[in-house]
Amino acid sequence: MTPRVFEVFRRERHGQPFQHAGSLVAPDQRFAEIYAREQYGRRQESDALWLVPREDIHEIVEFPDEFDLKYRRVDGYSIKARLKQARERSGSPPRGEPLGLEETPEAGP
Amino acid sequence: MSPSEIEEAARTNVGPSGTSPRVIAFLGKPRNAGELLLELADDELILGWRNSEWTGIAPFLEEDVAFSSIAQNEIGHARALYELAAAELGTTADELAFDRRPEEYRCAPLVELRRLEWARTIARHWLYETADAIRLEALAASDDPEIAGLAAKMEREEAYHRMHAEMWIDRLLASDEGRPRLTEAVDELWPYALGVLDDELRPELVSHVEAKLGRAMPATEPVPRGRHEAELAELWEEMTMVRRSAPAGSQW
Repeated sequence: MTPRVFEVFRRERHGQPFQHAGSLVAPDQRFAEIYAREQYGRRQESDALWLVPREDIHEIVEFPDEFDLKYRRVDGYSIKARLKQARERSGSPPRGEPLGLEETPEAGP
Repeated sequence: MSPSEIEEAARTNVGPSGTSPRVIAFLGKPRNAGELLLELADDELILGWRNSEWTGIAPFLEEDVAFSSIAQNEIGHARALYELAAAELGTTADELAFDRRPEEYRCAPLVELRRLEWARTIARHWLYETADAIRLEALAASDDPEIAGLAAKMEREEAYHRMHAEMWIDRLLASDEGRPRLTEAVDELWPYALGVLDDELRPELVSHVEAKLGRAMPATEPVPRGRHEAELAELWEEMTMVRRSAPAGSQW
């Protein structure tokens, strides 16, 4: 047997994203399907599986950042400090203290 | 069914109580429902047990998981069949599975054989699953809604057992080492495989097997149900050990 590695992705319910479940070793796709069913599907834990030969996965691991371009990131700066300053300016109570607003209970199902 | 045929079928005494046997039509013949269910249940239990002997020592990990899972399915089918049989016979599934003597089991000798060698295991697995599919199809057409319903339910799992068996058969047939080893195993097991089915269903098994192997199978005398292999007694000792060691009425 020439073993090949297959990566298995499973979806729990229709509409949800597929997530990596694990990998298995099988001589070909036909064996891999049976083994994937037995390992990731026999307890009704999945509603669909994706089986991907590992050699078909194109992996990318290098992300050079030589010039510290972190201002490109969407989480560029923290809003926390600015929020605190704004609260102090307006005289509203700091975080954690009651704002005097009644919490509206959520409507039942 | 003629009245005398029905009477004859009802006379077959099975199980501990043998109360008022019910007769159903199977393959156009009257059959004692309890006896028919016991044949199926015993086949599934003993084969499930034999297949489970590979747990931990199968050729590689994935196969170990898959084959153990198939073994568990067979035992699950046996439980469902014993429950139906127990209702027919006024007893319980556990009593039928574990409280009979080895010679009282009605399984086909094919499932009793202990052949811890992979080519033989695959050959037996495939021959049994192929025969079982033919039998389940006939049962699904039975006039008893409970038996027909259970047969249809079992078939939905057995379909994957057959996929597993056939992928192995194709792989062994395609290799220079696998082909002669599989051929030898199938030839050894062939009379046993014929013994799984009633006479009427055998021609279908022959044509399935011949089509897959691409050769004619010898017309041999089937090894009949009711005869037992020596290794069944060993299996029975182990399988019923806990049950026999616990006082009657033990709760688990």
